[in-house]
Amino acid sequence: MALLEIEPFRLLIFLGGLIAFAALNAAYLVWLERKVAAHIQCRIGPKEVGPFGLLQPLVDGIKLMSKQLLVPGGVDPVLFKVAPLLVLVPAVMSFVTIPFGENLAARNIDLGLLMIFAFASVNVLGLLLGGWGSANKYAVISAARAVSQNVAYEIPMLITVITMIMVTHTMNLNEIVKQQEGMFWHWYLFRLSANPLMFVSFLIFFVCSLAETNRAPFDLGEAESELIAGFHTEYSGMGFGVFFMGEYANIVIGCSLATVLFLGGWQSPIGVASGWWWFLLKVYTLIFCVMWIRWTYPRTTLWGLLNLSWKVLIPISLFNLLLTGATIKLWSFFMGAA
Amino acid sequence: MLCDALKNDFLALAPLAMVDTDYRAKGYHLDINLASSQVVQAATIMAGRGYTLEAVTGVDWLSSAAPKPAKKPAVAEGEEVPAEPPVAAVEEQMEVVYDYIHTGKELCRVVVRCRIPRANPELPTISEVFAGANWHERETHDFFGIRFLGHPDLSPLLLPEDADFHPLLKDFKV
Amino acid sequence: MNDLACSPNQETFVINLGPQHPATHGVLRVKLTMDGEYIVHAEPVLGYIHRMHEKMGENRTWAQFMPNTGRLDYLGALSYNHGYALVVERAAGIEVPERAEYIRVITVELNRIASHLLWYGAFVLDLGGFTPLLYAFDDREHILDLLESVTGSRLTFCYFRFGGVYNDIDDNFITGTRAFIKRLRSRLPDYHNLVTKNVILINRLKDVGMISAEMCRRYGATGPVLRGSGVCYDVRKNEPYSVYPELNFDIPVYGECDSMARYMVRMDEIEQSLRIIEQGLDKLPEGPVMAEKAPKIIKPPVGDYYAAVEAARGTFGIRVVSDGTNTPYRLKLRSPTFSNLSLYGEACQGMLLADALALMGSLDLVIPEIDR
Repeated sequence: MALLEIEPFRLLIFLGGLIAFAALNAAYLVWLERKVAAHIQCRIGPKEVGPFGLLQPLVDGIKLMSKQLLVPGGVDPVLFKVAPLLVLVPAVMSFVTIPFGENLAARNIDLGLLMIFAFASVNVLGLLLGGWGSANKYAVISAARAVSQNVAYEIPMLITVITMIMVTHTMNLNEIVKQQEGMFWHWYLFRLSANPLMFVSFLIFFVCSLAETNRAPFDLGEAESELIAGFHTEYSGMGFGVFFMGEYANIVIGCSLATVLFLGGWQSPIGVASGWWWFLLKVYTLIFCVMWIRWTYPRTTLWGLLNLSWKVLIPISLFNLLLTGATIKLWSFFMGAA
Repeated sequence: MLCDALKNDFLALAPLAMVDTDYRAKGYHLDINLASSQVVQAATIMAGRGYTLEAVTGVDWLSSAAPKPAKKPAVAEGEEVPAEPPVAAVEEQMEVVYDYIHTGKELCRVVVRCRIPRANPELPTISEVFAGANWHERETHDFFGIRFLGHPDLSPLLLPEDADFHPLLKDFKV
Repeated sequence: MNDLACSPNQETFVINLGPQHPATHGVLRVKLTMDGEYIVHAEPVLGYIHRMHEKMGENRTWAQFMPNTGRLDYLGALSYNHGYALVVERAAGIEVPERAEYIRVITVELNRIASHLLWYGAFVLDLGGFTPLLYAFDDREHILDLLESVTGSRLTFCYFRFGGVYNDIDDNFITGTRAFIKRLRSRLPDYHNLVTKNVILINRLKDVGMISAEMCRRYGATGPVLRGSGVCYDVRKNEPYSVYPELNFDIPVYGECDSMARYMVRMDEIEQSLRIIEQGLDKLPEGPVMAEKAPKIIKPPVGDYYAAVEAARGTFGIRVVSDGTNTPYRLKLRSPTFSNLSLYGEACQGMLLADALALMGSLDLVIPEIDR
C-alpha cells in the first residue's frame, strides 16, 4: 500500500489496471452480449470453448489477430489506419477520471465531466475517417449517417449534463459521487427537490448515450441488413477488432457516467459497505439493459432518428434545464425563508 | 356478364378466331386468336375492362416438332386449339400467348394468341398498356428471339447480358 | 419528400445492392442510382439463379418434372406441386379422391404458414430486429417436422402425384398438427405484442412503400401485395379449386397500400390457414389417397391447358402445351414474385434507401422463383 503513495508507481499501477479493465471489458462484453442475445432468442450461445464459453473471447481475439490486415487499394492510407485508433484511444483515456471507488480514481480531475465529453466527441471523427477513408460507397453513406446522428444526439446529452452540473455545482466525478452519500433516495435519480423530472433526465441521458455509441435501435451506422457493415465494411482482422473494442469501451463509459451522475456511483443503496463492488454492479446492470434493448427493438430510420433528437429530446431537455433552474431557485428561497 | 361484354368488344376488333372454351377441361374461358397488328388494341380493350396481365409467353411451332397426329391442320381433331388459322403446315410459326385475368368478382379468364412467322418473329409491344409486360416480353425475347417492336429495352433479363442464343427454340443445340 | 430526390443539379452515384447482400433474400442485384440517401432510379437485375426449368420441362416426362416444381419456390413448394398436379390432372382428366384433396389442402396450408413465418422473421431482421426470426423458426421447426414425417422432405417437397398424394397421413400427423395449431395460436399474440405493436416498427412501415391498386393491375401483382392494396382477390375464392369451396375461411384485405398493410395481410393469413387446417382435419374422409384409374404413363390429349393456384406469394399459374407424347411440348411457369418485383423500379423512386428495403422485404421475394 505504501507503494501507492509514490506517484510514479501509483500512476503505473492505475494505468496498467485501466488498460486491463478496458481490454477485459471489450473482450468479455462481447461474450456477455452473445449470451444475452442467445437467451433472449431462446438459444444458448457460446458453450463449447471453456465452461459456459468463457474462453470464447480469447479464441476470437487470437483469430482476429491472426488474420491478414487487408488494406484495399484506393484507400487513403493514413485515414484508414488511424480511424480505429481514434475510436479506441479516447474511450480508454476517459477511464482516467472515472471513480471506481472512494480512492480508486486514477486522477481526480476537477473538470472530469468536461474531459470525458471532449474525448467522446473525438469518437465521431473516427467513424467519419473510417468511412471516408475506405473508398467504399456503403462506408461513405454510413459515415454521413453517423455524423448527423452523433451531432444530433450530443446536444440533448450535453444539455442534460449541464442540468446535472447546476445541481451538483462541480464537475469532479468523485465529488459528485460523494454528494450522493446515504440511502438510495439520496441518489440524484431520486433528488426531486432539485428537479421533479429527474427520471426524464436520466432517460434522456440513457437514450442519448445509446445513440452516441451507435447501439440499436440507433445503429444506422452499422446497419447490417442495409449497408453490409457500414463504416467498418472494409476493415478486416484486428482493424475490425479495434473498432469493436472502442464501441464496447464507449458503452462502459456511457453507463459509468450514468451511474456516477444519477445512480450514486460507488455508494451503497443501504448506506453501508460502499465500494467498488456497488459501482461495478450498477454499471453492469445498465450494460445489461443496453444489450436487452438491442435484441428487442428493430432499427429506426434516419428520419425517425433525427426527428426524435431534434423534435423531441432537445425541447424536452431544454425545458428540463429551465425547470431545474427554477426548482433550485425556489427550493433555496423557501429553504432560506424557513 | 363479363365474358359477353368482352366478346362484344372483340367482335368490333375482328379477330381471326374467338372461341368459348370449356373451363373445366382447359382452365380458361375465352380463347382469342389475333393478327400481330391487333395485339395492342386487344391489350387496350382488356385494360379498359379492368383486366390484369398474368403472363406473356411464346411457343415454338417448329413444323418437324409439331403435334404428331396433326399432319394436316388440326381442325379434324376437334380437341385441338380450334382457333388455329388455316395456314399451310409448311410455314414455321411461333405463337405468342397472353394470359389475362380479372381480379373482380366475375371470373373470365382470357387467352389471347398471335401467330408470327418463325423466320422473322416480331410483333408490337404492349408494355405501354401494361407496364408488367415489359419484363414478360424481355423474357420471351430471351427464350425465343421474338422481337417486340417499340419495347424500351429488350436486353436479356434472365440470360447473361452477352447471350446471343435462344434456349427454348426447338432446334436449339447446346 | 419525393421532389427532393429529383433535383437535376445534384450529383448522383450508382450503388449495387447485391447480388451478395444480407437483405436481398437470394441472389438479386438491384442497381440503384442514388442522390444522397434518396433513390432516383432502381433497376432489378435478374438471372443469377436462372436454371431454365422450362427447358427441363420439355426434356422430361410429365411425372419426372414434379421434383422441379419443388425447387422453384422452395419455401412454399407444395403449392407449386399442387399447381402442376392440377394442370396435368385437368389435361388428362384424372379424378382425385376426396381424402387426397383434403390431405393436399392441409399440407399446402401448413406450408403456407411455414413460408409466412420465415418471411416474418426475415422481414423484421431486415428492419433490425434480430429476435423474432428465431421465435418464428422455432414454430417453423414444428411444421417442418410434421411435413417431414409425411412427405420425407423439409423444404423442397415432391409429395403430390397425378391422381393424389403418394403417402397417406397417419394419426401421429393428425395429433401433431392439432397440437401445433394450439401452440401457434398461443404464440401469435406474442408476435403481435412484441413486433406488430412496436412503435419503431410502425414508424418504419406505416405509409412506407405505397403501391396503389392501379399499379398492381398494370404490373400483374397478385397475392398479399394485391390484397394489401385493397383488392380482394385470392385464387382460392375467386377461382376455386380442390376442396376450398367446402371450407370456411376469410381473405384478409387491407386498403392502406403501405408496407404495414402487406405485413398485416400475411399475419392474418397465418390465422386463416390455421382455420383451414382445423376444418380440413375435422372433415377428413376415409378412402384411398391415389386415384385407382390414374395412368402410369401420362399422355394428355393434344392442346394447351392452364391452371392457377394461390401460392404463398401470389398466383402461381402454369400453362402446358401437350403434343400427345409423354413429354410436355411447352411448359410455362408464371411466377408471382416475378410480377411483384417488376413494379419495384417504379414504386421506389424518390424513397429513402431504408424505406426501399422495407418495401422489398414486404414484397416477400424468393429469387429462385423469379429466375426459375
